[in-house]
Amino acid sequence: MKGKAHTYPRAHINTDEIIPARYLNMDQEKDLAKHAMEDIDPDFISNTKVGDFIISGEDFGCGSSREHAVWALRGAGIRAVIADTFARIFYRNCINNGFIAIECKGISEKVQTGDDLEIDIDGGIVKNLTKREAYIFQPIPKFAQEIIGAGGLLDYIVKKAKQ
Amino acid sequence: MGSTITEKILAVHCRREEVVPGELINAEIDVIMCHDVTTTPAIDMLAAKGLSKVAYPERVVVMPDHFVPNKDIKSAEMVAKIRRWAKEQKIEKFYDLGRHGVCHALLPEQGHVRPGTTIICGDSHTSTHGALGAFSTGVGSTDLAAALATGELWFKVPESILFCINGKLQKGVYAKDVILHIIGQIGVDGALYKAMEFSGEVVDEMSVEARMTLCNMAIEAGGKSGVINPDQKTIDYVKARTDEPFKIYHSDPDAKYSQIIDIDVSKLEPIVAFPHLPSNEKSVSEVGNIPVDQAYLGSCTNGRIEDLRVAAEILKGKQVASGTRMIVIPATTDIWKQANKEGLLDIFMAAGATVSSPTCGACLGGHMGILAAGERCVSSTNRNFVGRMGSPKSEVYLASPATVAASAIEGKITDPRKYL
Repeated sequence: MKGKAHTYPRAHINTDEIIPARYLNMDQEKDLAKHAMEDIDPDFISNTKVGDFIISGEDFGCGSSREHAVWALRGAGIRAVIADTFARIFYRNCINNGFIAIECKGISEKVQTGDDLEIDIDGGIVKNLTKREAYIFQPIPKFAQEIIGAGGLLDYIVKKAKQ
Repeated sequence: MGSTITEKILAVHCRREEVVPGELINAEIDVIMCHDVTTTPAIDMLAAKGLSKVAYPERVVVMPDHFVPNKDIKSAEMVAKIRRWAKEQKIEKFYDLGRHGVCHALLPEQGHVRPGTTIICGDSHTSTHGALGAFSTGVGSTDLAAALATGELWFKVPESILFCINGKLQKGVYAKDVILHIIGQIGVDGALYKAMEFSGEVVDEMSVEARMTLCNMAIEAGGKSGVINPDQKTIDYVKARTDEPFKIYHSDPDAKYSQIIDIDVSKLEPIVAFPHLPSNEKSVSEVGNIPVDQAYLGSCTNGRIEDLRVAAEILKGKQVASGTRMIVIPATTDIWKQANKEGLLDIFMAAGATVSSPTCGACLGGHMGILAAGERCVSSTNRNFVGRMGSPKSEVYLASPATVAASAIEGKITDPRKYL
């Protein structure tokens, strides 16, 4: 999976910033996507292409449990978020949606906006094609991979019920 | 090796003798709370997957609170959908307008929180209910949907951090100041993925409501849950509200903690958390001159009757400063009624504040007190992130109800101790 990086190196980017509460009267990805990250980066949407990645610092997605944060990013075309660490509920929400969240300590200092990245999920490697570097991450836990592989928690439950 | 209260509750709920931190389990959920913002998507996704039937309607408690009374057409449609769904699914515990309130204040008040149970809600402040010795945690809409469909949910058993809070709180220093101080000390991810267990003589002394304030903000340190071992106060509080049976669990003396943090709060002053993180703590004496446009008293953190009493005591016979506006939002209908009966609402109105219907309101920038660019608010709420209460160019300073009230009088952030 290849795409361009959008780097927000700060720690504690919270779900109020990813999708402000004033838009929580909507829940469709296409509607939420229009406002993704707008309070910290008004150009986010115009600069993002389908398949891009967000790179960020520690504790990404802290704060409110709103799953709208995952939907807003996915709606905007983001394929995966790679952060130094994640806040708990956001991380769960990613897994439950079959959306890829990769914990890779130190990545926020190494990848700049615009860098071309290639992620090898099974191998646990992010390749920076622009800088000719590679970063190793802890593989996504097996249980989480099963849920992601099924397409999300509800699909996983449906699949299990059928077995 | 002993177990923590959190491990014991989780073990029972996955029908095991014991569980250890790091294990992935499927736990049975006793109470599923549903509010307006995160439930609507859950209803839609269940329908889309053919999982519409709620497995255990009797375990579900529904309480629209974020944008009620409906703030706009889209919010009205959301609540209308939840109302139809609850009826269709035969969910009887539905707190509609007139019995409504902020979910984390309403749930324990109405007797739906019992020690030893598991509780989830699509809301991060669900950690509140650990104050009564339950395992209670916030989740997203998909988790909520899964729990509605199956009555279970997956968890990684968390490690626990034990906070031993000892000493004696000075007059004018409250649970809010203690938790802001703890978050200031360990940081907004200091308890990431962990259960925060609060203990010590200060917690023993605290009322059940004050304990809720402590546990409410566990999430602001990244915690999965907050929890307090039940005592007689807990039992009395719960038994006054429900006849349903419950089982008490306590942490063993030899339970294993990832960290034990001792805190002596005897010298703690009232705390103010500066923008834009709850961990930006300053003692009120170090604050300097911070004029405020708005003073906001309410929320699941500090909108309960004790909070209103403290604020009213300070505001009695005083006036909100010219140029500052004060908004009081009792967290539930019963709190509103009680405050009215005690004359607290009269005190607020006479002081020049306004009192609204229960709602999460402006705490999350929803409605009922949104901030304009450049405005500053001192608030009894739980988050001061960029844009949390309105414009991304506004500022939120978190403090106790007493500090909010004293600041309203002087029009700038003020030490409440001089008014007590």
